[in-house]
Amino acid sequence: MIPAPFDYKRASSAAEAISLVSEYGEDAKFLAGGHSLLPLMKLRLAQPAVLIDIARIEDLSYIRDAGNHIAIGALTRHMDVEKSPILAEHVPLLSFAASHVGDPQVRHRGTIGGSIAHADSASDLPATTLALGATYVVQGPNGTREIAAADFYKGFLESALAPDEMLTEIRVPKMNGATWGFQKFNRRAQDWAIVGVAAWKRGTESGVGLVNMGSVPVLATSVAKAIAGGASIGDAAKLAGAEAEPQSDLNASAQYRVHLAEVLVRRALESTSK
Amino acid sequence: MAGSILGNRVLRKEDPKFLTTGGVYVDDLLTEPALVGALHVTYVRSSVAHGIITSIDTSDAKSMPGIVAVLTGKDLGLEPVPSAYNPAATRTLLATDKVRFVGEPIVAIVSNTREQGEDAIDAVIIDYDVLPALIDLEEAMASTTLLYDACGSNVVFDSMVLGLPDNTGDAYFADCEVVVKGRYLNQRVAPCPLEVRGAAAAWGKDGRLTEWLSTQHAQGAVAPLAAANGVEESMVHVKTPDVGGGFGAKIGAYPEELLLGVIAKRVGKAVRWRETRSESMVGLGHGRAQLQYVTIGGKRDGTVTHYQLWAIQDSGGWVDMGTILAPFMTRPMSSGVYAIPNIECRTTSVVTNTTPTVAYRGAGRPEATAAIERAMDMFALEIGMDAVEVRRKNLIPKFLTPHTTVVGQTYDVGDYETSLDKALVAADYKGWRAKQKAARDSGATKQIGIGVSVYVEITGGVGNGESAKVEVLDNGHALIYTGTSPHGQGHATSWAMLANEQTGIPIENIELVWGDTDLVPIGTGTMGSRSLQQGGNAVFAVAAELVNKAKSVAARLLEASEEDIVLDKDSASFHVAGTPAVAKTWAELAVAEKQAGGLVHSDVINVSGATFPFGAHVAIVEVDVETGKVTHIAHTACDDAGKVLNPMLLEGQIHGGVAQGVAQALLEEVSYDSDGNPITSNLADYAFISAAELPSVTVVHMETPTPVNLIGAKGIGESGTIGSTPSVQSAVIDAVSQFGVKHIDMPTTAEKVWAAIQSAR
Repeated sequence: MIPAPFDYKRASSAAEAISLVSEYGEDAKFLAGGHSLLPLMKLRLAQPAVLIDIARIEDLSYIRDAGNHIAIGALTRHMDVEKSPILAEHVPLLSFAASHVGDPQVRHRGTIGGSIAHADSASDLPATTLALGATYVVQGPNGTREIAAADFYKGFLESALAPDEMLTEIRVPKMNGATWGFQKFNRRAQDWAIVGVAAWKRGTESGVGLVNMGSVPVLATSVAKAIAGGASIGDAAKLAGAEAEPQSDLNASAQYRVHLAEVLVRRALESTSK
Repeated sequence: MAGSILGNRVLRKEDPKFLTTGGVYVDDLLTEPALVGALHVTYVRSSVAHGIITSIDTSDAKSMPGIVAVLTGKDLGLEPVPSAYNPAATRTLLATDKVRFVGEPIVAIVSNTREQGEDAIDAVIIDYDVLPALIDLEEAMASTTLLYDACGSNVVFDSMVLGLPDNTGDAYFADCEVVVKGRYLNQRVAPCPLEVRGAAAAWGKDGRLTEWLSTQHAQGAVAPLAAANGVEESMVHVKTPDVGGGFGAKIGAYPEELLLGVIAKRVGKAVRWRETRSESMVGLGHGRAQLQYVTIGGKRDGTVTHYQLWAIQDSGGWVDMGTILAPFMTRPMSSGVYAIPNIECRTTSVVTNTTPTVAYRGAGRPEATAAIERAMDMFALEIGMDAVEVRRKNLIPKFLTPHTTVVGQTYDVGDYETSLDKALVAADYKGWRAKQKAARDSGATKQIGIGVSVYVEITGGVGNGESAKVEVLDNGHALIYTGTSPHGQGHATSWAMLANEQTGIPIENIELVWGDTDLVPIGTGTMGSRSLQQGGNAVFAVAAELVNKAKSVAARLLEASEEDIVLDKDSASFHVAGTPAVAKTWAELAVAEKQAGGLVHSDVINVSGATFPFGAHVAIVEVDVETGKVTHIAHTACDDAGKVLNPMLLEGQIHGGVAQGVAQALLEEVSYDSDGNPITSNLADYAFISAAELPSVTVVHMETPTPVNLIGAKGIGESGTIGSTPSVQSAVIDAVSQFGVKHIDMPTTAEKVWAAIQSAR
């Protein structure tokens, strides 16, 4: 409950953050909202030698209409994602999902970029942005590159980010005209999901992301394919577990998780969440 | 004159502090002169559940920054200490040869800062020969691997050693038309006080040890502290700062606390210790942990004639207080509120490689209630009768003189059917049954479940009375010294109300002193819902005596006869009857009496016995039958705690008690993997309930005063916990009984409910 000793550096720009991380290498970790990293450090499951505090880089906190997509700065707090009128109009699924992260204190501190870079399959926003077909913009010593959400998640808490790269922006396609649902199944209101589902549908086009159904956030492509092929929602939802490799743990067996995913995918596709 | 303050919703006088600057807990004693510059103690704990310690290497840790000492049990010369409940079981306060649960302390690190101590933990290298971990109770009972070889068995206590008979098995039910059996797990839970354990110790120049302790019972800590530190009890002074909750788990003193004086002496400086939440989840005692084999038998008309309970209590890795809760709390209450003519109850306590169990809110009575209430439900289901009607048919009729059950427990007063009726009406039981039927008929995804429990419990079973001292100062303000020990309940308000009732001194001018063994040497602490009926009762009686004493002083000053002196409570002054214009205030009397030792009275006021609060709870849940998810949508509690002192405090106790009781029914369970590693040792994994999971509680008032104390009060601290748990569990099962489900063990998690539906269908 007391972190191991570490050095603390504060970056005032993305460039400075990247230069600092290049200097300290793999011993360094970016600190944004701190709501994933600090608990791990307190349990000494993470013991970075240097924390590079990026939370005060103000120009990375924004939500902008960029035509086909909405651009969200990586340091935008969950509460700002939840309350954004732009997202409410164009990507309501993301706002709604953000409103289910932790509790209000967490949402006022945690950031969308921190959640995605942490790449926890049990977090709500990685799977949600995956379902939405988002693109992540990352910056490194040699400039920026774009990574599709579908290519980003590589393993348990592992992403396509290089150690000297920083996630700077999340680009989410507009979903106007789609029905959508977000289902979070948990024991207590502030818990991580036992299983979560973010889904949208527009005619035969759809996207379904699964929370906590494996070591990485899962894109349920079989469900989307079935819907594209004309299957009913009920039938398509039965394929919810096809791409998943869920674990059995304290909160649920793998078998029950698959069952939940099927029920929740059906519910998420059937009606828009309120 | 104004009416009595008793029975009024007086706001808590302690709250402005708690809600603004906050309490002063052990860790906040930064300016305490004796603790300035105190070193920090950090304990290195066992990482294995069961094993022989083969070596402890502290050399690397000793050389780390800020480390003053790294001490093993051998370094400190610790001798084995026998358990109070089975002296064949012995242990050293730091494990030296054998470890019996993950979290057992082995090494004490003393450091300049707390962080340095935490950093040094990993540098202490402990090697073990790992033994099989016994986590399952029945496996531990049968195993030849023993936790305590000298006990000859992992069974460390059995009601049969008290001369009580064994259960006679199925033959007992030969004459019954209906017999139903159940195996219920009353699961292990963690008390989780918001303030974890903490303590500090300093030796004075006079050779006395002062220990600041987050405890429910300072006076009870004196003897074990004296023993652990090798001094006379008179050389130990315990002080209790504000305490942020205990729930029973802070009644006894723990090894980590008992050793601080020994460590302070060794390093020649005061020391302080504060555990982390992760440590608290394995080091602070756990509660419940009782496996129950239940058989209930009777007639098809709903009459229950026979009941048999075998309660197997999990003691955990030490023979602590949890060991004796089954024989001395569960067994006496096994009849519940029912007039069952034949009852057998055996209890067996077993050690396992888990955190030791202690008292936890209800301590043995919730287990008794859960067993009989679940049995009543299963009996009702079997004969196809409404569970409420089965209960009604078997209730002990109203009694206002003592009633003794067939297991030999005498209850003071009871009116169970009235509490049941009040709860049913307030909950709209009939309305919910209609809604349930509609949901069933429509085959809706969300089904309704209704659970009813009727309970009686025992409070004030600890202690025969309590000490109290009331002293009036020169300014007319009063100090109350109490042997009880507040840690959230509101004693400062309640005791001030009682003293105000007798003396007329305004409650804002009355302060409470507790938990300091020099100032209050006699006290039984706060536990078992005893405070008001014993401690409050003592304050009430002593304050009345002080008024008499004050009258004699007033008589002297007013040159009148003592019988003619009256106390005007509105003005808090004394005068001769008929001449109120010439009055003496409490302040004047205190000043006048100063030379004679002051205006003060103290006494230990005995009570004639325990009390038996009772009541009925109605829980309504909604179950999503596709997922098994339970939502608790309404809860009604009718708890009769006798004469009510302050309805607001009573409701607070019920709300909190219901929350903890519902948490056991729905969410909370301490779990271990098969190697005995705890997998619920933080509040993310351990499903501590939050307000979002709870409905608003409808509290129904009912008062049946007890004759056993002056104020007619029974306990209310644990009633909410005892009544709510079985009602909620019952409601969950009721929602899915239509599919053939007869029982689901607690906690009734979504997966368990879903699996029960799948296997029943």
